[in-house]
This record gives sequence, C-alpha cells and structure tokens, in this order.
Amino acid sequence: MTETTTPALAIPFGPGVTARRFAVPGRIAVSPQAATAWQTATLTGIRRETPHAATFRLAVPRWAGHLPGQHLMLRLTAEDGYTAQRHYSMASAPDGSGHIELTLDHVPDGEVSGWFHTVARPGDTVEVRGPLSGFFAWPGDRPALLLGAGSGIVPLMSMVRHHRARGLTVPLRMLVSARSPGELIYARELGPETRTVFTRVAPPNVPVGRMTAAHVAPLLAEQPPGGWEAYVCGSNGFAEHASRLLVEAGQPVERIRIERFG
Amino acid sequence: MNVTRGFTGRPRVHDPGLPPGQYDAGDDWPVLSAEVTPDLAPADWSFGIDGLVERPHTWDWDAAHALPASAYDGDIHCVTGWSKFGVRFGGVSLDAFFRMVRPHGSATHVLARSHTGYTTGLPLADLTGGRAWIVWEYDGAPLPPEHGGPARLLVPHLYFWKSAKWIAGLTLLDHDEPGFWERNGYHARGNPWQEQRYSGD
Repeated sequence: MTETTTPALAIPFGPGVTARRFAVPGRIAVSPQAATAWQTATLTGIRRETPHAATFRLAVPRWAGHLPGQHLMLRLTAEDGYTAQRHYSMASAPDGSGHIELTLDHVPDGEVSGWFHTVARPGDTVEVRGPLSGFFAWPGDRPALLLGAGSGIVPLMSMVRHHRARGLTVPLRMLVSARSPGELIYARELGPETRTVFTRVAPPNVPVGRMTAAHVAPLLAEQPPGGWEAYVCGSNGFAEHASRLLVEAGQPVERIRIERFG
Repeated sequence: MNVTRGFTGRPRVHDPGLPPGQYDAGDDWPVLSAEVTPDLAPADWSFGIDGLVERPHTWDWDAAHALPASAYDGDIHCVTGWSKFGVRFGGVSLDAFFRMVRPHGSATHVLARSHTGYTTGLPLADLTGGRAWIVWEYDGAPLPPEHGGPARLLVPHLYFWKSAKWIAGLTLLDHDEPGFWERNGYHARGNPWQEQRYSGD
C-alpha cells in the first residue's frame, strides 16, 4: 500500500520539534457488511489474567476474520429491551477458528464489564458486530513499535500473537506499563520482544516509575528498514504521554497511531 | 430480541435527550483522537473555506474572533456510546463565515480538515442554519488542546467525530467525500437519533 503525506504547513509539536502535516492514513479497507450485521457470539471459556482482568473466549461462527488491532462492538440486552453496547479490541490473533478472545478490565460500576466479570458463564450469548476500523490494524507487514498501558496491551498482544503464530520476521517491539507485576496482563506470555515498566510496585531491583524517554530512545535508536509504525494504546493520559515521548524521540507523527480508552 | 441472561444494566432513567444506544458519561469527557495532539498556538491557527464558494477566504485567530460571538448550550454524542449533557461552547456560528465566502448553489457537501491532516465529510445542510460553529471556548475557558484547542468544528447534532478538532478549513464540494473515519467504515452522515454509526446503518 502506498501512502502519501502532504509536506505542507509546518506545525510545532512541542519544544524543538517540528512535525509535518500528516495524513493519518488507514491501513486496510473495512467491510461495511461486517460492520453492520449483528451476530450471536457464544461464550465458551473464561480465563483469569489478573485480579481485575479476564479473557473471554467467544464462538462467532460467521466471524469475517480480523486483523490484529481491530475492535468490535458488543451488545448486551436486558429483558425489558434495554441495551448496552461497548467497543472492545480483539485480544486474539486471527486464526480462522471461528473463535475470538476479548480481555476485559472489570470497570467499577461498569454495566457491561461488570456483567462479564460477575454473571457470565460458558454457554451465555451476547451480540457482536465487526471487525471495525482499519486505522489501528497491523497486517504484519511493517516493523511495529507497540506502546501500551494497563488493558491497552490487549490489541497490542493480538499483534504479538500474530507475529508469533505466523513466524513473522518483521521487527516487533513492545513496551508496556502496568501498576504492578500482578496487574500486568499476559505476564506469562511476554517474551524478549517486550520491556515492562511498573508504575506503583516493581519486582526487587526493578525501578518504580513512569515510562520515560530512556525507555523509548533505545527502541528508536534501532531503526529497522522503512522505520517503525508506532501503535499506542491506553488511557488518554498515557496516550498523550507516550505519544509525546515518541515524537520527542524522533518518531514521525504520521506514523503514530493512537487508540484511547473511552 | 436477543436477551442476555442475567443482564439488568444500569437503572433506567428515561431521558428524552439520550439517543438510542447511548449512555450518559456524566462529568467524563473522553478523548478519542487517533493522532498525536498537536501543540498548536492560537497565533499559528488559521481557518479557511474554499472549493465551491464565490470568495475563498482564510481567517487568522483575531479575524475569526472579530466575527459575532455565538454559543452552543446543549448535548454532544460520541459514536463509541457516550453522550454528554449540558455542555457550553463559545465561538462563532459557521453561518457568519459562510456569509463572507458565499457558497455556490452547486455545493452539497463539505470536507472538513484539521491542522493535523484529519478529515471528515458532511452534508453542507448540516453546517448551516445555526447548527454548526467554530468554537474556542469550553465552559468559559479556552478549549483544551486534547479536545481540539485552540479551535474545533462543532456540529453537535451529529456524532462527534464530525466535529473536527484543530479545525483548519472546509472545502465545499458537489459530492460526498469520505474523510478519515468514513473511510474506516463509519457512516457518511452520522445522525445519532437514527443511530447512523457505521456505513450501512
């Protein structure tokens, strides 16, 4: 895919940093049919990840397939017809199995995540539509630099899993921030591609603190052919912080894709 | 109807201001931009209208502020599901800008563009008649950068991705031109009352 950026109009992006106007190009075409049709999804398994997060495996027989980084819309319906719908990123890599996995934080007072964490059991059905949006998708083609915090790791893990499952050789690095080792989702699955930052509690001899330029600079120092495509996912506060670190370290703004919770 | 076992949901508050499938975000105002928030000073901001108009024009910060002030008091609705009630934005009605550039009769659509390169497409009719603004104030204070400051487009009767942050300009067209989210599968118009979230809704 060829992308063009417009080298017009210089915009200041912080002290000493000037970025070109950019075109935030999409990555893939999206099927309007898949985006429109609601499908029944059947819960087939629940796997605890951390005290606050669990993975929910769903059978979606007519699932059109997705790319890592895409999300879906999920809908719950009460007996009186009341519905609640939320966007969630796919955690699983595309595997053609007719199953997808979502990893959900238990949000305080969250009516949808609360149902999943306290009521749901295998055999229950919900409705989904998707996959949605190509902006945050990673087809596995370009070198990928992934920065996430909290459950922001979820779409990034789909990319890591895809990279492994396909035996891709394109460079992929992940930098994730968690409050503590116990709150680090997918801790057992993380490999040499991942560095972790702990903001509240860290293992012995590991510093506690926020993600800093010192974490990001070494990643940008190793420039793969064609440069990195950066994917940032987390709260708005994290996304603002991490994207600024990337810009200050020299990552072009038009190659920073951001997915914020909300 | 596909009832979810054991799902009761939040207490039902009948709110005629809440479009279908939306919930009240209360005091939260989520930020969902897909790009890096630009550090754009008012002095570097400009807003232009071109395309199918008699007199294309570009306003800088002071020239835009010299136009008659206009405020929006009401609600906003995001396609991800939240709505926010009782917000107050201050700026200038788009009608004031259109009066100066004089749209051609052949203009039917608009492609709005941001200083970041973000774009969104809308019917021209949704931007006229006192229903759309260029705003630089929120709740009496300067609009924060992550919410589109120094100035954004405001089209509160459509889903909020149409209200382009860091607004740079409008191009009037005689056809619908999909913008950033519209090319990513989202609806061409985005009316929350008809739940036009995705292309095909």
